[in-house]
Amino acid sequence: MDTQALIQQQISDNAVVLYMKGSPKFPQCGFSGLAAQILAASGVKEYLAVDVLADPAIRDGIKVFSNWPTIPQLYIHGNFIGGADIMRAMYEQGELQKLLSESAE
Amino acid sequence: MMSTQTTADVIRAKLAELTPLELELQDDSASHAGHRGNTGGGHFNLTIRSAKFDGLSQVQRHRLVYELLSDEMRTSIHALSIRAIAANE
Repeated sequence: MDTQALIQQQISDNAVVLYMKGSPKFPQCGFSGLAAQILAASGVKEYLAVDVLADPAIRDGIKVFSNWPTIPQLYIHGNFIGGADIMRAMYEQGELQKLLSESAE
Repeated sequence: MMSTQTTADVIRAKLAELTPLELELQDDSASHAGHRGNTGGGHFNLTIRSAKFDGLSQVQRHRLVYELLSDEMRTSIHALSIRAIAANE
């Protein structure tokens, strides 16, 4: 399977997917760590965290996939939501929690 | 010529395209020097207010900034935190 198809499958098969550097427990970048913390604070119990450092094809491919040059990237129900700054702004306004609670239904 | 221009100067010059009403760029590189995965590029915090953001989603606003800085995003910028505010906000 090519990388773009693999990414499409990941975001289709999982309600919430975070592409990040490292893991939620051991993030390798401040922005990725922040993104994982925001998901935890939003009450997300389960999501797929993809460590892009473990797969160079995904690391490059995810930037092409959403025409977005940075990591982390959050997807909810297959839709690209944004990076860490957007997640933080949405969290502060309560929008992210709303989206995520809808996604859990 | 390029050698006398800092990355911050280049960022400011390229973002002039958005005719910003407000542009605050903070170079935070020093506090990230040597952390893992840092290939030497700078860390920047950007706050920009522009009428060109009016009516656009956050994702669209960030894309506008990223597109203007696409060369730097691949080279001299390691991390860029963006606050994009519309003129009417």
